[in-house]
Amino acid sequence: MIWCTAPMSVKFWPNGNNIRQISCTRARNNVFCFHKNAVTPENSNHSFVVEKKMAIIDDAESVVKELRSTYTSGKTKSYEWRISQLKAIMKILTYHEKDILEALRSDLNKPEHEAFVHEIAGVSSSCKFALKELHRWMKPEKAKTTIITFPSSAEIVSEPLGVVLVISPWNYPIYLGLDPVIGAIAAGNTVVLKPSEMAPATSSVLSKLISEYMDTSAVKVVEGAVPETTALLEQRWDKILYTGNGKVGRIVLAAAAKHLTPVLLELGGKSPVVVDSNINIKVAARRIISGKWGCNSGQTCVAPDYLITTKEFAPKLISALTSEIEKLYGKDPMKSHDLSSIINGHHFDRLTKLLDDDKVSEKVVFGGQRDKTKLKIAPTIVLDVPEDSSIMNEEIFGPILPILTVNKIEDSIGIIIAKEKPLAAYLFTNDKKLKEEFIRSVSAGGMAINETNLQLVELNLPFGGVGESGMGAYHGKFSFDAFSHKKGVLLRNFLGDVTARYPPYSSRKLQFLKAVLSNDILGIFRALLGR
Amino acid sequence: MDRLEEGLRKTFRCGKTKEVGWRKAQLRGVLKFVAENESKIFEALKQDLGKHPVEAYRDEIGVVKKSAENCLNNIEKWMNPKKGKLPLLLFPSKAEVLPEPLGTVLIFGSWNFPISLALDPLIGALSAGNTVVVKPSELAPACSSLLYSTIPLYLDAEAIKIVEGGSDVAEQLLERRWDKIFFTGSPRVGRIIMSAAAKHLTPVTLELGGKCPVILDSFSGSDFKVVVNRIAGGKWGPCAGQACIGIDYVLVQQKSALILVELLKNCIKRFYGDNVKNLQSICRIVNKQHFERVCNLLEDPGVAASIVYGGSFDRENLMIEPTILLDPPLDAQIMTEEIFGPLLPIITLDKIEESIDFINERPKPLAIYAFTKNNKLKKQIMQETSSGSVTFNDAIIQFICDALPFGGVGQSGFGRYHGKFSFDTFSHEKAVLHRSFFPELEPRYPPWNDFKLEFIRLAYSFNYIGLLLHLLGLRRLFTPNRSR
Repeated sequence: MIWCTAPMSVKFWPNGNNIRQISCTRARNNVFCFHKNAVTPENSNHSFVVEKKMAIIDDAESVVKELRSTYTSGKTKSYEWRISQLKAIMKILTYHEKDILEALRSDLNKPEHEAFVHEIAGVSSSCKFALKELHRWMKPEKAKTTIITFPSSAEIVSEPLGVVLVISPWNYPIYLGLDPVIGAIAAGNTVVLKPSEMAPATSSVLSKLISEYMDTSAVKVVEGAVPETTALLEQRWDKILYTGNGKVGRIVLAAAAKHLTPVLLELGGKSPVVVDSNINIKVAARRIISGKWGCNSGQTCVAPDYLITTKEFAPKLISALTSEIEKLYGKDPMKSHDLSSIINGHHFDRLTKLLDDDKVSEKVVFGGQRDKTKLKIAPTIVLDVPEDSSIMNEEIFGPILPILTVNKIEDSIGIIIAKEKPLAAYLFTNDKKLKEEFIRSVSAGGMAINETNLQLVELNLPFGGVGESGMGAYHGKFSFDAFSHKKGVLLRNFLGDVTARYPPYSSRKLQFLKAVLSNDILGIFRALLGR
Repeated sequence: MDRLEEGLRKTFRCGKTKEVGWRKAQLRGVLKFVAENESKIFEALKQDLGKHPVEAYRDEIGVVKKSAENCLNNIEKWMNPKKGKLPLLLFPSKAEVLPEPLGTVLIFGSWNFPISLALDPLIGALSAGNTVVVKPSELAPACSSLLYSTIPLYLDAEAIKIVEGGSDVAEQLLERRWDKIFFTGSPRVGRIIMSAAAKHLTPVTLELGGKCPVILDSFSGSDFKVVVNRIAGGKWGPCAGQACIGIDYVLVQQKSALILVELLKNCIKRFYGDNVKNLQSICRIVNKQHFERVCNLLEDPGVAASIVYGGSFDRENLMIEPTILLDPPLDAQIMTEEIFGPLLPIITLDKIEESIDFINERPKPLAIYAFTKNNKLKKQIMQETSSGSVTFNDAIIQFICDALPFGGVGQSGFGRYHGKFSFDTFSHEKAVLHRSFFPELEPRYPPWNDFKLEFIRLAYSFNYIGLLLHLLGLRRLFTPNRSR
């Protein structure tokens, strides 16, 4: 969805060095093709394209080389360096709040309030938390040893992985760009951030501010689109964190496989919200609205994608939702300044196509207005769309909420688990049994009961998907761990060297080992005494 | 293959594997399997690798037994949700991290420890409540067939399947969609596994190897003897050097090298004997292909000239004598590839501190073993090198320490297991936030205004007094000069 040409580019770029060596001859003979629309060999435009790609590869290589040499120098491992960089991020947020808010207004028409809460406050609370906790996180963790390795002591040391890559998306370009960088720096890595080219104003603000405030020998922003990302993915990284969609996630994972690079994938999915009837309907409606439309007009990986409720309760819920939407965004939400726009024309078309599907268009019960010139789509509710419509089979990522109805609320669980595992699942209920059943049966990255999206804010909870919604988790200490290697360290001295470990082997030694490995102290004595 | 996967998914969906009772029953099944089949396991390991029963117990049966027992003792604790602390702002609410099984997982065993490297990950997968396919290595056929024929008698056959076969079967398995793949083996195959997993977004744990070095500081007297015992035990003990955490080479100061060689020679004679036709207590090479590979490492004239002990082999019985090499050329294959056999190069340095650069110039190994009493050097090694694990003054035994994560970094793999880490490797940590409907904070919702923005600002800095004043409209009184 984001980089539709990426698979092709990956395929045609075996690795930087080869291309550079063969570039002249091959480009001339057109043996090597970089792009589907590559032109004839004689055309000078072609060699220009080739040269440009060469330059991009060279850039990616030299960025990684520089960061690797910084990492090897060891300076990023010190506590002081990490703290200084985290403080630099705090400075960026404090001194440039206005620049950031403006960039977000320009890219997404994001309301300042939303931008502050979701982006600036999100990053700053992560950063403050890291600043406060870092000395604790960095301390080696004592591990208990047993009689098997007696006498010994053991600890788990967190060490940085090295040079890491963060590829961030356009929907929360500041938060999802800087939050992983905080983890990478806290863990002592050097890092490249590749912001999404689809939020160009934010990308350039990030690039400018990071180079101004942070240690540029260790933290770099690489701006660009598919060719730049492809060139970056060709390099060897010690970890890649990608936030985006499953299609590109697969490309990232396949590229990482060549270098055995571990990958953290934050993807999305169709996150359901189940609404029982025994609830405070007004509070539930507002929390659903705030999670769906109040978060970037539904362009959020954890936003509720669709809603399930009972046939009986649906009319009441819809009327609560619509009246609350009107209270929050006015009679005509198209005029509200408190709703984000759709990111671009391509996504606008994708969303309207979902809505204009014959099976769907007649099911609109609220909203449906759109304005392509402003890239706005009003909060829209569709009721009981068929299961096989595309709106129920792809992640919506926009301000449309399908409501499915079931006879019994318990039936919702079956619908959810028949689909891929989502990044989030929400349930509104006061029924303890239903709650337990839901938590037990539904697998999702995270969950909130009687709430939406707030599980993300909580720094003591890991944030990450499972199955199609991704792998690995971050936030708070989990971010530090995601960018650290947990090195097991065992310390021994020279006492108690047990001969049973060494050949020549005998049955007495076997008896002794059996006793030791089962923690059988008496057995050990018996074996030692030869009985 | 379709039926296999569908069957396991069905079992998983029915939910029984999530029950603690089921998990414990399976763990007891594993214990019963090793207890009742001890002699069969000894026999199969003898056949596949010439492994002596004591070694087999130490590295295979004992490891499995200890892991399963540890799991049984702790599983309830591990399954409990972990409470997360929440800020007052979200009061009243509750946050927890709930481990849940991933689903249906695939485990590839390895031929060097065909029992423990198949069953140890299996214990983790079962304790986490998954359904599992285990594919033992076809290069240890007796063990593979023992597992295939006997495991179903002890474990729930609807949830645990042993699939035998070679690379064609592995390829078929890799085409399917799994919720986790756990692989022990070489980086080359590791890349194939990961590429295949990428198609289905399947997370993988790769347990690879690498050239695990020993850093040997100066020693004298009885300590030196203990050190040499441990080095010999760490090199030739586990499967004749065919072990991912086995010692690959030794870094030592020039002045200690000759004494080291002498002591090692004595050690070898004492442990294994000095006639290649008559070696005791040491494994053979797994097969002809690996035998030739290891022998070929010695072909290089520079390498051949550096042999100071051993170097003979018995092709018929696939036996290679424990062999010591002193300063072989560093660009020879023996020093660029993982040896995975009973050859021990000793590299001499002027100062032991140079070993850090030596190690850092090469891919990150799975383990570093450092023998030293010098605390400064210990600290330096711990901080300046990177490896899966570090063990001071011993070798190999970090493997049986359940409190330590076992796993590589960089070229030696990623992901970790053993003890609680095994449980975590096969679990998804689901974040769950519980809220009630009361109270509700108005400033969360649009239409937005400055009052709400200020509220959020204070809330995020957890400035509760400020919040209260702000709500009462008194904040400006107390902070008259605050500029925005």
